[in-house]
Amino acid sequence: METHEIGLTIRDGVKVYPGTIALNHVDFDLHMGAVNVLVGENGAGKSTMMKIVAGVEPLTSGAMELFGKPVRFHNKNQAEAAGIGIVFQELNLFPNLTVAENIFIGREKTRMGIDIDRDYQRAETRKILKRLEHEDIDPDTPLGDLRIGQQQIIEIAKSLAQSARILILDEPTSALSAAEVDILFRVIRDLKADGVGIVYISHRLEELVRIGDYITVLRDGLVTGARSMEGIDVGWIVKNMIGGASKDFPKTEVQAFGAEIFRAEDITLPRMGGGYLVDHISMSVRAGEILGVYGLMGAGRSEFFECVMAQHPSSGGKFFVEGKEVRERSVAGRINRGIALIPENRKQDGLIEILSIRENITLSSLKDFTRIFHMSLAKEARAAAEYVRKLSIKIASLENPVSSLSGGNQQKVVVSKALMTNPKVLLMDEPSRGIDIGAKAEMFRTMRALTAQGLGIIFITSDLEEVMALSDRIIVMADGRISGEFDAGAVTSEDLVAASTPGRTEEKETPLEEAAS
Amino acid sequence: MSSAVANPSKDNQSGAMLLLLLKARTFIALIVVFTFFAFAAPNFLSTANMIIMSKHVALNAFLAIGMTFVIITGGIDLSVGSIVGLCGMVAGWLILNGVDIGLGWTIQFNTLEIMLIVICVGILIGLINGLLITKLNVAPFIATLGMLYVARGSALLSSDGRTFPNLNGSAEYGNHTFYLIGAGDFLGIPISIWMLVAVGIGAAYVANRTPLGRYIYAVGGNEKSAGLSGVNVHMVKIAVYMFSGFCAALVGLIISSQLVASHPATGNMFELNAIAAAVLGGTSMSGGRGKIAGTIIGAFVIGILSDGLVMMGVSAFWQTVIKGLVIIAAVVVDQAQQKLQARVVLQQQAALND
Repeated sequence: METHEIGLTIRDGVKVYPGTIALNHVDFDLHMGAVNVLVGENGAGKSTMMKIVAGVEPLTSGAMELFGKPVRFHNKNQAEAAGIGIVFQELNLFPNLTVAENIFIGREKTRMGIDIDRDYQRAETRKILKRLEHEDIDPDTPLGDLRIGQQQIIEIAKSLAQSARILILDEPTSALSAAEVDILFRVIRDLKADGVGIVYISHRLEELVRIGDYITVLRDGLVTGARSMEGIDVGWIVKNMIGGASKDFPKTEVQAFGAEIFRAEDITLPRMGGGYLVDHISMSVRAGEILGVYGLMGAGRSEFFECVMAQHPSSGGKFFVEGKEVRERSVAGRINRGIALIPENRKQDGLIEILSIRENITLSSLKDFTRIFHMSLAKEARAAAEYVRKLSIKIASLENPVSSLSGGNQQKVVVSKALMTNPKVLLMDEPSRGIDIGAKAEMFRTMRALTAQGLGIIFITSDLEEVMALSDRIIVMADGRISGEFDAGAVTSEDLVAASTPGRTEEKETPLEEAAS
Repeated sequence: MSSAVANPSKDNQSGAMLLLLLKARTFIALIVVFTFFAFAAPNFLSTANMIIMSKHVALNAFLAIGMTFVIITGGIDLSVGSIVGLCGMVAGWLILNGVDIGLGWTIQFNTLEIMLIVICVGILIGLINGLLITKLNVAPFIATLGMLYVARGSALLSSDGRTFPNLNGSAEYGNHTFYLIGAGDFLGIPISIWMLVAVGIGAAYVANRTPLGRYIYAVGGNEKSAGLSGVNVHMVKIAVYMFSGFCAALVGLIISSQLVASHPATGNMFELNAIAAAVLGGTSMSGGRGKIAGTIIGAFVIGILSDGLVMMGVSAFWQTVIKGLVIIAAVVVDQAQQKLQARVVLQQQAALND
C-alpha cells in the first residue's frame, strides 16, 4: 500500500462538555489523498472530533497541527479558509433560496463587491453538479423543491465549490439511494486522486470497508483502534466499537409477565417525497415487561412513538390497549386510554420551562383535582408533593420554575407527569439522555419498580449496554422497519449492531421494492 | 424535606428584598403616579374626578384583560379596537332600527337582549379570529390585523360612516334603559366599574383556579409540550380570542351607552393601549407569563397618567412621549427582574445540592 502524507493531526485532544467528557485524550491522523473512516456508537465522540477539526468547537486541551503547523480555529470560517470543508449530518441549507444561491451562500461571487454575478454562480453550479452526475438539477430551482437525497448532494456540492483540501462527510449517505451512493463513491475516488484528504463517518459498516483507506474507531471518547483498512472486516470494527467482551449485567429476577397490554399493528408513516419513515411496524408489550427498541438515529423509532401519541395525522395502522382498539385521535384521549409518553427532547417536548415544578407535574392530570371547573390547588400541591417524594426529586420548592433543576431531576418531573395519568403502558424515548450516571441508575431502578406494578414499558435507546441490561425483549429497528427481535437473555451485542446496520435491510428488501414499483 | 429552604445568607436576603420590590413595581408605580398627581393636579382627589377617571380606565382595562390571556398564549389580538367600534354600531342599529324580518314588521329588543346580541357578535368575531389562527394556521398578528380592517370597514358600512344619534330607546320596547350601562350607578359606583370588577375577578379566577387557565399558561410556555401532555391547544387558543372579543363587545356597549350615540370610528387605536397596559402589568410578549391583577394595575397607571397630565395642562404631544417612555421603562425593569429571579432560584437549588 502506498503511503499517504499526513495532513492534519490531533495530539492528546480533550473536549469537555458540562457533565461529560466527549473526547478523552485522543490522537488522530488525517491522511491526504485517502479516505479516513471514523466509526463508533452514537455519542462515542465522532461528531465532536470533526466539529473540532472544522472549527465549530474548540479543543479544551491538546494540540492540532495542519501540515506541520500548529493551528487553533476559533470559528468555522477560519477552518474554511485553511481548506477544511464539512458536510454535516443535519442539512444546513436554505429551502427558500435556489440551488446556486445555497452553494455560494456566504461567499457570493460579486462584481465590485455589490452586484451578485448570477451567471457565474449558475455556470459554476452546473459544473459542480455535472461532476456529481446530477446535471438534471437546475441551479435556479428553490432548494426546498428537491428530494432529501438531492439536498444532500447539494450540501456536498457546497463543500466541493470551496475546493477544500480536507473534506469531512458526516453520514453523507443516510438519505441517499443506492444509485446516489455509487455516484458519491465515484466522486470520492476522484477527490482522492486530486489529493484531497477525506474523513468519512458512517454507521453502514459495509460501506466503510468498501471505501475506506484508514480507520479510526472511537468508544466513549477514547480511540480504541486506528490503522490502515487493509485486512479489516466488519467483525473487527464491531469488536472495537463495543469493546472486547460485553460486560455482564446483574439482571433482576425474571418476573412472570401478565397479559398483553399494548399492541401496535401495521403502523405506517409516509415520508415526504416517497417511502416510509415508519414502515409497517407491529409490536406488542405485556404487563410487567420492558421492551427495548434499539437502533441508530433516523431508524424511525421516535417517529413510531409520535404515531402512538397521535402526533401524525397522516399515519396509518391500529393500536390496542388491553385488547381494545384505541380509536381516540387526540392526545388527551390516548392518555385517558392509558398511554403515556416521555419524549426524547425534554426541553422541547417534555417540559414547560417557564412554569413551576408543580404545574409541570400535574399538567396532564388536572381533571383529578377539578370539580366541574373549580380546581383544588391544595389537592394539586399534595399530589405533586407525593410524586416528588416517590421519585425523590431534589427540589428547593414546588413553586420554583422547572428550568432551575438538573437534567436528571427534570427527567423525573417528566416521568412524574406521565405516571400521574395512571398509564398502562409507558413509552420512554431515550430516558437516560443528558443525565448523569447516578441519575441513570436511579431511572432504571424506577423503570423496574414500575413494571413490578404491572406497567408495560417500551423504551428507545441508542446505547447497547443499556438496551441489553434493561430489556426483557429487544426489537431492533433500521430504516423504519423492524430488522430483528431478540430475547434479552440470548442476544449478543454483535447481533444487535449487525441488525441495526441500515444497509443490510436495504439490500434484502430492494428486489421486493423493485417488484412493487 | 423537599420544601426545606436553606438558610438564606445576607446576600440572599438583600436579593430577595430587591426581588420583592421589582415584583411589586407596577403597584409602586401606581402609588407614585397617584401621589404625584394628588399634589400636582388641582381637584385630582375630588370624588367626581375619581369616578370619571375610573370610568376611563375601565374601558382600557376590559380590553387589556382579554388581551392578557391572548398574549399569555403567545398570540396578539389587534382587532379589539375595531370590534369595539362594530359592536357599538350593532347596539345603535338594534335600538334605532331593530331587525327587519321582511314581513313588514321589525323585531325590537329590550336592553338585556341587546346586550346579549352585541356580546354574541363580539364572541363570534373572536371565534373567527381563533379559527383562522388554529385551523387555517394564520399568524395571530396577520389574522387579527385583517380582522381589524374587516370589522372597522363593516362598522363604517353599517351607517355609511354616519353616527347613530340619540340612542334613547323607547319605554314601549323596553330599551329606554340602555343609557344606564354607561351612566347608571349602584351604591354610588358606576355600573361599568361593577362590570369591570366582575370580569376582573372572573378572569383572575379562570387564570388561577381552573384547568383552562393552567392550559393557557402551558400553551404560551411551550405549545409542543402542552400538546404532548394532552392539552387541546386549538381549543385553548380559540377560547382566548373569543374572550377577547367578549371584552371588546362590553366596551362597545359601554361607550355607545355613555355617549347615547354610536360612531363607527370608536375604538380606534384602543388595541395598542390594551397591549401597553398588559405589558406594563408584567405580561411577557413571548407568552407564558402574565397576571390579570398586574394588567388591571397597568391599565390604572396608564389611565391616571394620561388623565393627570391633562389636568396639569401638559400638551397632548408630551403626553404621548411620556406614555411611550413609561412602557419602555416597564419592560426594561421587567428584564432585570427576570434575571434576578432566575439567580435567586438557582441559588436556592444550589444550596440544596451542597
